[in-house]
Amino acid sequence: MKIAVCVSHVPDTATKVKVSSDGVSIDPTGVTYIINPYDEYAVEEALSTKEKLGNNSEVVVISVGSDKSKETIRKALAMGADSGVLLKDDNPRDSFAVAKALSEEIKAQGCELVFCGKQSVDYDNTITGQLVAEMLGYSCIPVIVEFNLEGNKITAEREIEGGREIVETVLPAVLTAQKGLNEPRYASLRGIMTAKKKTIEEKPAADAESLTEVLKMHLPPPKKAGRILGTDSSAVPELVSLLREEAKVL
Amino acid sequence: MANKILAVLEQREGQLKRSAFETVGMAAKLASELNLEVEAVVTGNEISNINDIGSYGISKVIHLKNPDFENYSSSGYRDAVTDYANESDADYLLLANTSMGKDLAPLLGVKLNAGCIMDCVNIDVSSGNLIATRPVYAGKALIDVKPKSAKIVITIRPNVFKPVPGGSSSPQIEVREISSPNLQTRVVEFKKAEGKLDVAEADIIVSGGRGMKGPEHFDLIEELADLLGGAVGASRPVVDAGWRPHSEQVGQTGKTVSPSLYIACAISGAIQHLAGMSSSKYIVAINKDKEAPIFSVADYGIAGDVFEVLPALIEEIKKIKA
Repeated sequence: MKIAVCVSHVPDTATKVKVSSDGVSIDPTGVTYIINPYDEYAVEEALSTKEKLGNNSEVVVISVGSDKSKETIRKALAMGADSGVLLKDDNPRDSFAVAKALSEEIKAQGCELVFCGKQSVDYDNTITGQLVAEMLGYSCIPVIVEFNLEGNKITAEREIEGGREIVETVLPAVLTAQKGLNEPRYASLRGIMTAKKKTIEEKPAADAESLTEVLKMHLPPPKKAGRILGTDSSAVPELVSLLREEAKVL
Repeated sequence: MANKILAVLEQREGQLKRSAFETVGMAAKLASELNLEVEAVVTGNEISNINDIGSYGISKVIHLKNPDFENYSSSGYRDAVTDYANESDADYLLLANTSMGKDLAPLLGVKLNAGCIMDCVNIDVSSGNLIATRPVYAGKALIDVKPKSAKIVITIRPNVFKPVPGGSSSPQIEVREISSPNLQTRVVEFKKAEGKLDVAEADIIVSGGRGMKGPEHFDLIEELADLLGGAVGASRPVVDAGWRPHSEQVGQTGKTVSPSLYIACAISGAIQHLAGMSSSKYIVAINKDKEAPIFSVADYGIAGDVFEVLPALIEEIKKIKA
């Protein structure tokens, strides 16, 4: 079986966000980019599924973005993925247009099982995997922390408010990975060396229209510095009375 | 020209959730500002509190009913809601940005060829056009987004738009029996986390960091959370160390929360954590290190030893609750 993993090249979570001069995106100056943290769980799940399925399986990593996304594809290859595809587009797209490009490629590759991260930590949109599934007519279970495949039947657990849902579906399917699904493996030195020899196929991302448009990016109003009420428990009565009378939250 | 807003509501275990009433309230407000019709649609079996929708401003409710809709089925709910949205020619679909909303909204978006704007914290229609504001980078920044498609699916962040009940009008409820729903993807079991309130839904959160020094000391955090009727939260190092489950993690690779009160205990305030909680209405920080970044977002702070301050705080709260 051919398994696809969709990955995204995103600013490190330690990034201090500044708005770029275009007014609609972040200023990339001095920003380190990494593989989206949730995508690492997706890559790991794809690799361990491939190992369980045996020899006839392969894992292809797909990303939509500029040349720089090759770094993130390379990282997934170093972890053990077999091949990579970069769907090139230097212009920003909304999730809909990204999903359109991904789904066209997944269809062309004939992948029946697809893993994505549950959200990318830049736009936090949480929907690309579901959009890809729906565009392909695949089943979808987002935000999974357990995954089991028996024949074409999938049983997964997903995290929701106040507990976990056990969900059943069938292949072909898209799953989106939540932290806790697995422990992503580190790329071995050999993996890193082999990854350098693996090819990343580059092609233009399929044309697709964004259905939403970002008008403006802005920073939240700075919080005014609060009050330090004391350095030990003697400040507790004042704290409680402020919470009751000033904040009115108790 | 837009003509109708459809509030797509969530029920769990036969009860409309609080976020469903937030969705009703927001849909009613938008409808009145834009002069549109508004209806609510809910997928489920028996729903005990369905009549309450009336007092939050929507007078017509479509109940898409089937015994198998007791539990969530993304394929079944998607098809039932899509059919109704097409039939009623709704332009705007509004959902809560919950686990179910995040799953269902994009599926509806593809079916209806509607763009999705997720997790909105403000919706402005004063110009006559709809502009939605949503956090990105876990709240480090916000973006204003406008739809380009004729139809649009919007989800609103729970806890942000507090619904105000007004009057006690009974809504007109139209029950539609859905025959042989598509159950290709369905929930077969719900494993409830032992009666605990989820951090994403709580109005008060008591959160612990690495300075708690070990999982055994989280009983202090739990006791305070219980007393306040709140939920327990945790910082990333605490979750990575295995002291607390990931479902409690607040921050950029955990949950972004905006409760009325967030009490950060022995949390220094890494940028990823601050991003996830700084939109809380009131923040209290208890930390030995008075230079800790958490104090830069806290309304009230005590720069002291958490093991000395927390027990005193618990006693003081007990006094006022008594």
